[in-house]
Amino acid sequence: MANIKLPAAKVEELKGVCKRLGNEGGELINALHAAQELFGYLPAEVQELVASEMNVSVAHVYGVVTFYSFFSMIPKGEHPISICMGTACYVRGAEKVLDEFKRHLNVKVGETTQDGKFSISCLRCVGACGLAPVVTVGEKVYGRVAAEDVKGILEEYR
Amino acid sequence: MEIVQLTIDNKKVVVEKGTTILEAAKNIGVDIPTLCYMKLDDMNFENKPGGCRVCVVEVEGRRNLAPACKTECTEGMQINTHSVRVVNARRTVMELILSDHPFDCLVCAKSGDCDLQSLAQKLGIREVRYQGEKNTYKSDESPAIVREMEKCIMCRRCETACNEVQTVGVLSAINRGFESVVAPAFEMDLDHSACTFCGQCVAVCPTGALTQRDSSAKVMDAIVDPTKTVIVQTAPAVRAALGEEFGMEAGTLVTGKMVSALRKLGFDHVFDTDFAADLTIMEESTELLGRLNAHLNGDKDVKLPILTSCCPGWVNFFEHQFPDMIDIPSTAKSPQQMFGAIAKTYFADQLKKERKDVVVVSVMPCLAKKYECSRDEFKVDGDPDVNLSISTRELAQMIRNANLNFEALEEDDFDQPMGESTGAAVIFGTTGGVIEAAVRTAYEVQTKKPLPKVDFEELRGFEGIRSATIDFDGLPINIGIAHGLGNARKLLEDIRAGKSQFHAIEIMACPGGCIGGGGQPYHHGDVEILKKRQRAIYEEDRGKVLRKSHENPFIAKLYEEFLGEPCGHKSHELLHTHYYDKKKKVEI
Repeated sequence: MANIKLPAAKVEELKGVCKRLGNEGGELINALHAAQELFGYLPAEVQELVASEMNVSVAHVYGVVTFYSFFSMIPKGEHPISICMGTACYVRGAEKVLDEFKRHLNVKVGETTQDGKFSISCLRCVGACGLAPVVTVGEKVYGRVAAEDVKGILEEYR
Repeated sequence: MEIVQLTIDNKKVVVEKGTTILEAAKNIGVDIPTLCYMKLDDMNFENKPGGCRVCVVEVEGRRNLAPACKTECTEGMQINTHSVRVVNARRTVMELILSDHPFDCLVCAKSGDCDLQSLAQKLGIREVRYQGEKNTYKSDESPAIVREMEKCIMCRRCETACNEVQTVGVLSAINRGFESVVAPAFEMDLDHSACTFCGQCVAVCPTGALTQRDSSAKVMDAIVDPTKTVIVQTAPAVRAALGEEFGMEAGTLVTGKMVSALRKLGFDHVFDTDFAADLTIMEESTELLGRLNAHLNGDKDVKLPILTSCCPGWVNFFEHQFPDMIDIPSTAKSPQQMFGAIAKTYFADQLKKERKDVVVVSVMPCLAKKYECSRDEFKVDGDPDVNLSISTRELAQMIRNANLNFEALEEDDFDQPMGESTGAAVIFGTTGGVIEAAVRTAYEVQTKKPLPKVDFEELRGFEGIRSATIDFDGLPINIGIAHGLGNARKLLEDIRAGKSQFHAIEIMACPGGCIGGGGQPYHHGDVEILKKRQRAIYEEDRGKVLRKSHENPFIAKLYEEFLGEPCGHKSHELLHTHYYDKKKKVEI
């Protein structure tokens, strides 16, 4: 585990959030949500900080972080790719699209490319089933994506 | 009190509302098998996650089977604990658990002492019909505890011990579903965590997932090495528990047989850690009186209360969790380490042996002692004062390996000079004993009068936190006692908040003190065993001619010939230590 230095301003902000939550273990999940929002992911240093601010053990924090798939210990890429695996997208071939992204980038779901540019995650229904299958890259939404389109989408960000 | 009436296996039973089916059944002598469940009365330990489902019973009118450990009795319940449906479900559950468990029972460290194995035997499991994926994990070998998590059945007992009883908080269930396992944060090795190595997780683990680091083979290597003089020391709590490993009743004192066995195993000198416990009292009580008298003379900076420091699990605890208070505990080394320091100087000189040719082995009820003897500050040029520490269980295994008929062994006496001890040293093995021993000596040194009564009943017992005021001939001395680190935490928080009224506090990491140590024979959930060991310890004390540490003639001789005076220059060099801030800092 490489030691990283957390930016002081964000640390102060997180401490403030923890204080508003009463520095109390029962609010741990809310504190982790805030921390992930703030730092983009939950590296060990952030979990240690949350543990000490919320008065719970680091082991407990790590237990919660590893239990919920929403929490991630890997930083997202510069261009986070989300593939909708909701029912509509799935039946219209989302899995093939996902496989194509994985093949091109050589990473698994939840991972980030070596150069930090792309990360892949799956989500459930973005509410645009008419456009299925749907892929988002950052804030941009792509509809009716086919496996053949993947290469082109990635080119836009290279 | 509201009561409910129900029937279990056609027997009527009346219980208080809130009683579980498991407890109600136990009241009328019906034994429902359990696996994850464990309750240790007087220890604040109750583990009932309802996870294993082995204790299921049939409740008439209820669709599904009910876990007896978690289901409360209600009025008119009709319960069958061994219907065909129940027995089949129990066997299925057991087979499913075994389907993700290694089948290496023959060579497992826990074989013969494993709750999972005993239950499989009891239920008569002869095949596992479910074949599927098995979990694999990297093994983790700290200096004291070995984790082989393939053998974990997620009973969560270790978590309860670590988090609720000890409040150490290094273990947690991580991940989810099939991947879930108990681990320290970030799956780091225990060695890198805030683990105190108290071994209470090992003491309650039902399988071979958590065991001790075994050093007995290294001990045998040293014994058979003709160039080495091998000295063994045995802690007080070992003699009160070792017999259990050979089928003897809990609380049977086996001091003489143990000495005899050690001699037959080939140790060159069989000594007693109790000797060093007497030495510890000389140092610790001098330190206590030094601080106390400074305080009475108006010194505002003196640190009171003084805390005992002979328990290495406790030392690890305050170094990790209360680093702001590391100047409060006594600086006296533990008896194990004092023994090593004297054995490799004073005694080695007597033998005309060089330090490198002397091997000191300790037999301890404890796993933290394995870590303690590996600490750098207890080494001279890389050579540890105590080379190897083995647990009560490891000694028992060595005795079995040597084919000794333990029960038939004749009684033997420790060698001299480091085998002589007083009753004060023996009671180190139980909660309250160290402080009672310190009071026996401190009283006579301070008041210069003989103690009116040697036994301080007010300091004894099994309650987690106890206190008493001892009259030092007109001077009231407030004594606090805590065993179990969760209880210690409460007293420490009081000190930090400036609320503590105590002059001296004894702290033992393990519930019951050393008699309940992580290296003792497994209690399998029976707290009575610990109480019997405690009674044995006090019995040995009563039987001693000398019962105050300062009356030990060999201790007097040691100071006269070698050390000078308690807390003097040489004592500080050899018998005192310092503590480190081990709290992990978040870098910002």
